[in-house]
Amino acid sequence: MSAILHVQNLVKNYGDFKAVKGVSFDIEEGEIFSLLGPNGAGKTTTISMLSTLYTPTSGDATIGGHSITKDPMGVRGIIGVVPQDLALYEDLTARENLIFWGQMYNLSGKSLTTRVDEVLEQIGLTDKAKDRVKTYSGGMKRRVNIGVGLLHKPRLLFMDEPTVGIDPQSRRAILDTVKDLSKQGMTLLYTTHYMEEAEELSNRVGIFDHGEMIAIGTQKELTQQVGEAETLILHVGENDDSEALAKTLKDIQGVQQATAVDHEVSIVCAEAEDVLAAVVTKANDRGIKIRSIDIREPNLEAVFLHLTGRALRD
Amino acid sequence: MLKTFLIGIKDVRLAFRDRAALILMLAAPFVLTVGLGLVTGRFSSNTSSGVSDIPVIIVNLDNDQLGNALADVFNSADLADLLEPTSGSDPEAARKSIDEDKAAAVVIIPEGFTKSIIPQQSDFANGNVVAADPVKIEVYANPSRSTGAGIVKAIVDEFLSRVEEARVSETTSIEQLIFSGRITPQQALATGSAASQGIQTTSPASTLAVKINSSTANGDAVKFDALAYIAPAMALMFLMYTVSYGGRSILAERAQGTLPRLLVSPTNTAQILGGKVFGIFLTGTIQMLILIGASSLFFQLKWGDPLGVIVLVLAAVFGATGWGMVITALARTPSQVASVGTAIMLIFGIMGGSFINLEQMPSFVQTFSKITPNAWALDGFTTLGLGGTLTDLSAPIIALLSMGSILFLVSVVLFGKKNLVQK
Repeated sequence: MSAILHVQNLVKNYGDFKAVKGVSFDIEEGEIFSLLGPNGAGKTTTISMLSTLYTPTSGDATIGGHSITKDPMGVRGIIGVVPQDLALYEDLTARENLIFWGQMYNLSGKSLTTRVDEVLEQIGLTDKAKDRVKTYSGGMKRRVNIGVGLLHKPRLLFMDEPTVGIDPQSRRAILDTVKDLSKQGMTLLYTTHYMEEAEELSNRVGIFDHGEMIAIGTQKELTQQVGEAETLILHVGENDDSEALAKTLKDIQGVQQATAVDHEVSIVCAEAEDVLAAVVTKANDRGIKIRSIDIREPNLEAVFLHLTGRALRD
Repeated sequence: MLKTFLIGIKDVRLAFRDRAALILMLAAPFVLTVGLGLVTGRFSSNTSSGVSDIPVIIVNLDNDQLGNALADVFNSADLADLLEPTSGSDPEAARKSIDEDKAAAVVIIPEGFTKSIIPQQSDFANGNVVAADPVKIEVYANPSRSTGAGIVKAIVDEFLSRVEEARVSETTSIEQLIFSGRITPQQALATGSAASQGIQTTSPASTLAVKINSSTANGDAVKFDALAYIAPAMALMFLMYTVSYGGRSILAERAQGTLPRLLVSPTNTAQILGGKVFGIFLTGTIQMLILIGASSLFFQLKWGDPLGVIVLVLAAVFGATGWGMVITALARTPSQVASVGTAIMLIFGIMGGSFINLEQMPSFVQTFSKITPNAWALDGFTTLGLGGTLTDLSAPIIALLSMGSILFLVSVVLFGKKNLVQK
């Protein structure tokens, strides 16, 4: 396989704030590459530069051989973008939206009509095509938002957190659509802060934090970075001080990391069974009632925790 | 070019699907036109023009048959509501009154005016029955009271046109009579004098320009209609709403993410902004044409020369669109455009004469009104309502096109400094 996207030391500064700090990576033709990181990590800024919306402060990238800084129009012709926020005309119908956006991607005549019908079928909205988008549910709008990005059959599709704020059923439908697109040979750059989505969809994952790519590889390659460590998840009461508990748990021998988010405490350790008793004792000592305990095999969440000392949702 | 057109069409479609916008673009000006029409008695038997008590100074240095006839026209009962004539004897003093904005116009009837038109004894005795070119009447107009001055000029023009018509007809007839031997040159004077009586005894009311104006359209004489002022005044005021609404859509598209999406499609910035401007222009034009059509249909309002109306509408929308773009370029959010746009709509409406005739405004307001598309366009519509044609609209059309062009340049510079991408 050859790289359709080649990113070289991409930087974006806003005044003194460094949003993206010299990111480099490649994406192979036909793969799903996920950028995984918490909100504010710089994922959207990176996609915005790659899609030619923002001009990089320095660095460059080529997509299908076109430079994003020197040949942005060349880039725009071969990419599709599904933005994080809905970008549709709500007073137009789904069909009118797709026709308009198809025209903006140089489709016309019968090829436009045919393609609009195909996309409506693909996103499951053929029956609702004549309804105005403002009458749709959030999930349906998301599907139209994706459909717009697919109209011109882009070689590389950017999807920026397409499942944020929607119901589980619509989320499932979108993830299935992504997999279908991949099967059809489309290359996808998918950003998310949901570890499960990255794990389910991606051939490779880039972990993003504070504007930097801190790790990149297949899921297997990444989890190997944390060795055979397991993650113990404690669910505590709403009124319990989970952060204070996490600090206490770090003292236990065998605990590599302990972080608290909301009412959950994540503990990375070599063997969960070895530390479980000590963890429960510490919690009892602080008067914290443990509601449930999960033990998880090494995963991307653990990788992120291992690399940053923070949970993905921090 | 095609994408520019497609973006514009999309914006028109969105504008006309927005109920709130429709109310302000179409319903509000229509309802206000009806309301003001009721107030001015347009819908009752009283057909007051809405323009009234135009101060005009008549300096009659002729003091002969035709000079007196014209003075009588201005003092006739038929024009008592429309005009407020005063007599003067010193042309310079009268012109000074205009310079001091004390009247809309001065009509100076020069000495010898009648004699220059009605052949004299010596002319017939010499066999020279064709009189010399008539001495010209001067209308010294107040540029800041263009509507009133236009009406005065229209009255004078109509009077002169009738006099000229009669003069040519009379001299031609007398020549024919002499050449055919039916009268002698000596009898010509008596015949000419009798014919001239016809000119001066013509009813002043029949020479009223404002009654003649629509005769070019269908031959029927109708008076200057109050709605011919009110309807364009309201339409122009709400045109300013439409252009600010259109401008707001640029920032709204940025906020709702469709503008960034357009910017990452193979569509360049010029096509996108051009499309937005085209959409504003098209929406404004359609709005004006709907209002003109509706007022013609429901109120039988005569807007005047159709070609003049269309060209004036296009020029007015162009000028107004320039303002819409500048407002948008200066604003940061759609709500700022909305609030500033509404304020501008009202200010321009007042300054441009939409509520009160500009001639009743202080002179500084009249001067300041020239920055508004309302004032220029209303001036043009009034000219058309008084029977003018496209050729009479050069001043407002040039002003509106210049205004639009300058404002577009300003907005391009301002947009160049603006980040269209980030919210």
